[in-house]
Amino acid sequence: MALLEVKDLKVHFPIRGGIFNTVVDQVKAVDGVNFSIEPGQTYGLVGESGSGKTTTGRAVIGLNKITSGDVLFEGHNLAKGGRKSHLNVRKDIQMIFQDPYSSLNPKKRVADIVAEPLRNFEKLTKKEERVRVEELMELVGLSTEAIFKYPHEFSGGQRQRIGIARAIALKPKLIIADEPVSALDVSVQAQVLNFMQEIQKELGLTYLFISHDLGIVRHICDHIGIMYKGRYVEQGASEDIFTNPQHIYTKRLVSAIPDLDPNRRESLTVKRQQAKKDFDELSDKFFDEEGLPYPLKPISDSHLVALPEKG
Amino acid sequence: MKIKNLTTSFRVLDDYYAAVDNVTLTVNKNEVLAIVGESGSGKSALAFSIMGLHNRAKIEGTLDFKGQNIAKYSQGKLNKLRGKEMAMIFQDSLSALNPLMIVGAQIDEALLLHNSSMSKKDRKVRVIDFLSKVGIPRPEKTYEQYPHELSGGMRQRVVIAMAIANQPELLIADEPTTALDVTIQAQILDLIKDLKDDMRAGIILITHDLGVVAEMADRVAVMYAGQIVEIADVYSLFSSPQHPYTRSLLNSLPNSAETKTKLHVIQGVVPPLHKMPREGCRFRHRIPWIDESSHEENPELHEIKPGHFVRCTCYKDFYFPDKHKEASGNGAT
Ligand SMILES: Nc1ncnc2c1ncn2[C@@H]1O[C@H](COP(=O)(O)OP(=O)(O)OP(=O)(O)O)[C@@H](O)[C@H]1O
Ligand SMILES: Nc1ncnc2c1ncn2[C@@H]1O[C@H](COP(=O)(O)OP(=O)(O)OP(=O)(O)O)[C@@H](O)[C@H]1O
Ligand code: SF4
Ligand SMILES: [Mg+2]
Ligand SMILES: [Mg+2]
Repeated sequence: MALLEVKDLKVHFPIRGGIFNTVVDQVKAVDGVNFSIEPGQTYGLVGESGSGKTTTGRAVIGLNKITSGDVLFEGHNLAKGGRKSHLNVRKDIQMIFQDPYSSLNPKKRVADIVAEPLRNFEKLTKKEERVRVEELMELVGLSTEAIFKYPHEFSGGQRQRIGIARAIALKPKLIIADEPVSALDVSVQAQVLNFMQEIQKELGLTYLFISHDLGIVRHICDHIGIMYKGRYVEQGASEDIFTNPQHIYTKRLVSAIPDLDPNRRESLTVKRQQAKKDFDELSDKFFDEEGLPYPLKPISDSHLVALPEKG
Repeated sequence: MKIKNLTTSFRVLDDYYAAVDNVTLTVNKNEVLAIVGESGSGKSALAFSIMGLHNRAKIEGTLDFKGQNIAKYSQGKLNKLRGKEMAMIFQDSLSALNPLMIVGAQIDEALLLHNSSMSKKDRKVRVIDFLSKVGIPRPEKTYEQYPHELSGGMRQRVVIAMAIANQPELLIADEPTTALDVTIQAQILDLIKDLKDDMRAGIILITHDLGVVAEMADRVAVMYAGQIVEIADVYSLFSSPQHPYTRSLLNSLPNSAETKTKLHVIQGVVPPLHKMPREGCRFRHRIPWIDESSHEENPELHEIKPGHFVRCTCYKDFYFPDKHKEASGNGAT
């Protein structure tokens, strides 16, 4: 059984205006998204800025109100019933945030930051809590003395580890990582990515990994979903997406990845221009009258593409 | 632009410490020079020094721009150069914009500064044209908006439009595309290339994205702890990197051929300014498995091939511990 199954998820934000501050319009941030993640896998969510990736992640963890659709976590429908009724399930899902500099409260010591979820969900004595926090610090490779320090006394990579320590404190099953390394240097990036892969194995974690760095997504993800304007344009195994992209938007995205070999510059420019030309010329075919992607259709066991009815 | 022996020092606690330490570099016309290095290595400090924008720092050395030493220029004289002949795209786009002014008016102001003869109407057409060139979907609307009404990526594009509006001869782009997604990034990089190809501009591109470097640069300077540790043409740098730091950086990137593998991590961090070792090689403590005796005392830049300089003598014997283990079977840790 899939650990997480998202069915026709919609998250619409009202736009208020006018003298009575009534709802005048909707932002359809997420507009009919379907995907599922198997236990122990890493699922990548990519797409242009504003396409609804963060909103999807926040809806799954319950930080955004779901307009319609289902979010099934081990069979429990998180979209139904209030927050409270799923309290036990909620501790199984945690989030790592994009910005290691602002996602940690600067006024709190590391011990308190990491212990926060423990305090919310488990009744531990001071001593038990201390032991757990120290274990977590060791697990993320930070010294136990570090618990008395404040976030600003750490480097970006160390801060991201503190965020991870907090996220794994309750031994969750699913971690939603929203751009966890975007703000970090390449060497620190490597450190955090290695670490995420290590604890994944150790703790049997499942990741929903949101990123716009396709090089990283390719490195760590098993399956990938590509979002565009609140919908999916393509979904598949990592190989499907990178070696056999079908949608014009995916092709454009893949062709835009910078290559580390300067000798391939010219050929890449040609490829990129072609992808842009195709995107401009074939837009009518690949998007509906409103410029939105069509529903997904399977083209192989693992690979789905948003194509019009007629094919 | 010829930068000679540039040293920029900041006051930390009670003393001055060099964030840019004796840097000598040339950027030619019609050339993209990339500067790479980790956070804190001094890239932005170098850029600000070139633009004359550090008011609190002690700056030594010469900055020869088209035959004039602009390091000696007054702020008034520099103001005439900045925005027209030389321009900069700032890493922090929010602070580069005036929060109280619509963005159209800000770009217009930059244009007016150096095109006083242009009519208001023509300028507006030009500004909107620039906004659309940097990939802003509804430029007429954006023209009328305030910076806080735009997303981070949009603001970054406005700053880029402003910097290239006057077609500068020297453009310093400090992490111009870090906040943008790949398709917009590709578009912005094309614009910067156009500026080089059409205007024969010289471009200093500061980034820690080595993919961007491989695609854009003619030459690359690798900076570590305020010093240039390696400089070469882009092809040599990627095909035969020499300095241990350059090799470590390249090695830490995910590579499409091997997924789910462990990435190389450079041990430790760039030390803060006041703790920077000033004697000997600054990278030494991050490659502790290399025997102390094989390092040089005060490494200078050596030219190992025409145009390829390395601040290192042990580079020939350098190895990574994990690879070494596989190769020779004896575990170096
Ligand atoms: N609380 C909110 N109220 C109104 N609109 C919102 C809200 N949160 C997000 N949006 C809008 O929903 C859309 C999707 O935003 P989201 O943050 O999910 O994008 P994203 O794919 O994560 O983009 P990025 O890559 O830039 O982080 C955007 O148009 C955004 O402006
Ligand atoms: N105004 C300042 N006063 C004191 N120290 C400074 C100042 N500006 C920079 N520094 C220090 O100089 C060093 C180099 O900083 P710089 O901003 O140039 O790094 P960078 O290479 O641009 O890094 P990044 O990739 O994070 O932008 C750092 O140790 C930094 O803390
Ligand atoms: S030879 Fe010199 S520059 Fe190279 S790593 Fe050793 S000390 Fe550093
Ligand atoms: Mg987001
Ligand atoms: Mg900088």
